[in-house]
Amino acid sequence: MALTEKDVLKIAKLSRIRLAPEEVVHYQGEINGILKWIEQLQEVNTDGVAALSSVSEQLLPWRKDVVTDGNIQEQVLKNAPNASYGCFAVPKVIE
Amino acid sequence: MTSPTHMTLAEARDALKARKISSTELTQAHLDAIAKHNPALNAYVHHTPEIALAQAKAADDKLAKGEAGRLEGIPIGVKDLFCTKGVNSQSASKILDGFKPEYESTVTTKLFAEGAVMLGKTNMDEFAMGSANITSTYGNVVNPWKRTDAPEKKLVPGGSSGGSSAAVAARLGFMATGTDTGGSIRQPAAFTGIVGIKPTYGRCSRWGIVAFASSLDQAGPMTRTVRDAAISLNAMAGHDPKDSTSAIQAVPDFEAMMGKGVKGLRIGIPKEYRIDGLNADIAAEWEKGAQMLRDGGAEIVDVSLPHTHYALPTYYIIAPAEASSNLARYDGVRFGLRVMDDGDTLDDMYEKTRAAGFGSEVKRRILIGTYVLSAGYYDAYYKKAQKVRALIAQDFKQAFEHCDAILTPTAPSDAFVIGENQDDPVAMYMNDVFTIPTSMAGLPGLALPTGLSKTGLPIGLQIIGRAFDEETVFKVADVIEQAASFTHAPEGY
Repeated sequence: MALTEKDVLKIAKLSRIRLAPEEVVHYQGEINGILKWIEQLQEVNTDGVAALSSVSEQLLPWRKDVVTDGNIQEQVLKNAPNASYGCFAVPKVIE
Repeated sequence: MTSPTHMTLAEARDALKARKISSTELTQAHLDAIAKHNPALNAYVHHTPEIALAQAKAADDKLAKGEAGRLEGIPIGVKDLFCTKGVNSQSASKILDGFKPEYESTVTTKLFAEGAVMLGKTNMDEFAMGSANITSTYGNVVNPWKRTDAPEKKLVPGGSSGGSSAAVAARLGFMATGTDTGGSIRQPAAFTGIVGIKPTYGRCSRWGIVAFASSLDQAGPMTRTVRDAAISLNAMAGHDPKDSTSAIQAVPDFEAMMGKGVKGLRIGIPKEYRIDGLNADIAAEWEKGAQMLRDGGAEIVDVSLPHTHYALPTYYIIAPAEASSNLARYDGVRFGLRVMDDGDTLDDMYEKTRAAGFGSEVKRRILIGTYVLSAGYYDAYYKKAQKVRALIAQDFKQAFEHCDAILTPTAPSDAFVIGENQDDPVAMYMNDVFTIPTSMAGLPGLALPTGLSKTGLPIGLQIIGRAFDEETVFKVADVIEQAASFTHAPEGY
């Protein structure tokens, strides 16, 4: 299933990456090339195989549900492109 | 007298302990070498001489008191992917322009606790995505090695840990940290004639290392000898409660594996790794490596890893899928670059920031990752890849019923010229054909140099072990290193 320009634009929107028209065409070609190459996985018989999401054989550890960190507002905001009133500042999202 | 930068890490450690040299002298020698050679190599991208000299002085004080850590006073490079407190940590991306973390990664915390001295941050492919170090916002890294037939051509140092590999090969650090998601420690080690180990997934904490593909990323050392890698890994590894996938496993003394030999070990040779297009010199080196182990008393056995061929396409679904999710955090809100114009909405800001901040390799992987995770395609791509991944891991489990370690080439070719393989992503991906299966299965893999290709470039082999059996990997690597006695180094450093 080859991606159309419209598909690429949709993925770019989902990815929040703005693409110029020539980039859309460029990525469409590259991505379709990669997807075609990836198609070969369909020939592998995976009936009854459980999907592997992690190779780690240990169960995720539990810890007490307590605060272990905090009171570091200054550090958290230190790298913000725009911080004001102790918060990250962004363009207005609610009218 | 040869420069002290030419010692091995172990020699430097012993000289420091014997007070034959001070860490301040060693550090200054490295800073001088970096000043001289780095402009041509572009291996270091953030220089931290003040930190290095302060750490060296502290190390000298400790050494005087006889309180040396494993790496006390040893100058190293740190890949830009590691968060280092107060020092630019940008994953070689424009989107993290100016980012100075307020915290220190667990691995660098451990290294500093063991006395390591940070010379600077090393270059890499943007967000560790690449095999040639040509996707960095800081520009390409140049391999210190030169082809005998075309010395004027600039070669890639491998990637993504290309700054680290070039730095260690050019004697600009006894060790540099690397990270490996699909081969990013081992392939650059192979291209620059040094040793690199990707330990078992979970061996080193990922906390404070900028995430690429969380189910695959692992940190490891890049050094000039197997012993140096063993010493360094001991300083980096260990359980960390801050990384829930970090293994609750004791870390054995890896250096103690030196000289243990391989007598009685069974070494597997996987037939599926004899691929078309494997460089003839590398194929010959592989044969020689097996013979060295046979001479050392190991038994060489044929093994099969039937799904090898599918590891690469599987990886190029799983890694971009995880990356698209991990890289969602770079949105211009909390750190790094923000691009917006007056009157822009929040979405405009996100889209413009990410368009300007990410390079084209990273964008392509985010787009693919988003696609394979999107509604309607998730099962056909992502879930299918996870199932094939299970089969790849199963292959190794079955092979290790018949052998104790597996010997393969590290990369299918020697270092190529900057600009080659650039137009075809799939051709570039082939660089990691021998390293990706190990990553998919979470197993330890060590790359070491064994010889030179016909054009005078280093080539080498990979040793793969069972999960959490780096000890056997080090034993095998030590025997090959001794037998191969690879003493070549790039000229002029």
